[in-house]
Amino acid sequence: MTHGGRRWLWVAVTIIALWLFLPAFAVLPMSLNNTNRMSVWPEDRSLRLYDQLFGEPQWTAALTRSFRIGAIVTVLAVVLGTLAALAIARGYSRARRAGLNALILAPVIIPVVIAAIASYSLYLEWNIVGSERALIFAHTSIAIPFVVIPVLASLRGINPTLEFAAQSLGASRASAVWHVTLPLIRPGIAVGAFLAFMQSFDEVVLSLFLTGPLSRTLPVRMYSALIDDLDPTVAAAAAVIILFTTVAVVSIGVSRLSEARGAH
Amino acid sequence: MVTVARAKAGPAPPKGQGLSDSTSLGWKILIIPALVWLGVFFLYPIIRILSLSFTEFSGDQVSGLDNYIWFFTTPANVVVLWRTIWVSALIALLSLIIGYPYAYLLSISTGRRRLLLISAVVIPLTISPLVRSYAWIGILRDNGPVVAILQWLGIEVELLGNLLGVAVGMVHINFPLMVLPLFAALSRIDRRLLDAGASLGATPLSAFWRVYAPLSLPGVLAGTVLVFVNSLGFYLTPALLGSPRQTLLSPLIVTQTQLVLAWGRGGAMATVLLITTLGVLLLGSLATRRALMRSSQ
Repeated sequence: MTHGGRRWLWVAVTIIALWLFLPAFAVLPMSLNNTNRMSVWPEDRSLRLYDQLFGEPQWTAALTRSFRIGAIVTVLAVVLGTLAALAIARGYSRARRAGLNALILAPVIIPVVIAAIASYSLYLEWNIVGSERALIFAHTSIAIPFVVIPVLASLRGINPTLEFAAQSLGASRASAVWHVTLPLIRPGIAVGAFLAFMQSFDEVVLSLFLTGPLSRTLPVRMYSALIDDLDPTVAAAAAVIILFTTVAVVSIGVSRLSEARGAH
Repeated sequence: MVTVARAKAGPAPPKGQGLSDSTSLGWKILIIPALVWLGVFFLYPIIRILSLSFTEFSGDQVSGLDNYIWFFTTPANVVVLWRTIWVSALIALLSLIIGYPYAYLLSISTGRRRLLLISAVVIPLTISPLVRSYAWIGILRDNGPVVAILQWLGIEVELLGNLLGVAVGMVHINFPLMVLPLFAALSRIDRRLLDAGASLGATPLSAFWRVYAPLSLPGVLAGTVLVFVNSLGFYLTPALLGSPRQTLLSPLIVTQTQLVLAWGRGGAMATVLLITTLGVLLLGSLATRRALMRSSQ
């Protein structure tokens, strides 16, 4: 490509990159609005919406509920997903692996609306709609693939003979896995745990069906603020989610980069 | 099989200590907890709702296919199905048009620039689609900045409550699904082939079209199929940025079940959505495989 052409390409790609960041940047000033009129550049600014987010019981309850459910889902998905990834990587032939992968990854492929109406219909029969259990069941299912994928990737990167070396030195197989394999795949598990948490913490569609008026999670409360009561506090909630997510992603990225550098 | 795979991966482990059938069984059973969980809480409810489409009926039943007959003989449903398909195809095309130059520069950039371009894809990817849709409401609304700029340029247009807003939001959410496989494919292309083409007299443009573009085809197909399939099931963006008059399949399924509790009809619509999704996925992976075989020859 010619030099001038390359320059225009960079201009176009810079615009695309700005567009990618635009929603995140827009929410921060939106959250400082002191009026009830939505605006991306409010003239009248204050931290009032943050006071409401961290002060009003309906918002604080939703916030703590989302964190609690997210934490439980993360633990469950990490345990189930890591075990499944170990099994897929070590216990099955390549032909079997494809089938198992398809089963485990089904929640990523099947549209979430289908899972939502399906769980709703069944959980109505089980009489658990509106309970936190219902959310934990459904969220963990969609979070498992997000643990299996990164853990499988890091298992692919380590040499299985290290485990045999530990065993030949007298370790039991369980202790070889615990002391040798798990520390080596820890970066993959960390990424999986983060993704699993975000799957639950950000989840809207399943939660819209499975929560009741007294068990709303943060995204459901935000959704109803947008659709029903137009509560401007949603801006502060959105800004907090953006800050929280960005800090987490950047710190995971930085720690992986420094680990990669340290390894050389 | 396992033995063969392991033997390739490294020196042979001590006999009898790692590769007996009992060890392999020990690994195998670790998958059971996840399979049981997904079986009970994911696959069972879905199979159940799909089968309800053949057994639960609203109104007088004529045949077991009543719910499907209802779906395909109600013009509004068929309109929504077609709209969902062409909107998803359009989203895939738009993502490709802006994703290709992005992935190209990503594949040839290095150091800090590459890190910046990667971050611009990955960081927004992790931010909740609900939050991003909310931001788009603020940016695209009637008295918002974008409409003001367009008015100043003499363009009168509404960006919310129609498919324009939905397209902006959906392309944004799908962008990583396009760029990441494209980036992987473009990184593998040997750029010396372009120089070879140029030395044989090709202009840069014809070297691109006749050498580079065909080699990138597998990545193009993979990204396009991923975005297409992912778009078919979108609920949030059309619900928040679109209008009920131009609804897509997922929001329609929600109204049919959450408010009306018509499980049979809801199940039939879910089946239609699932079959469409799997159909596109199947066709797409066949096409990708053919392109891969052709480009590796």
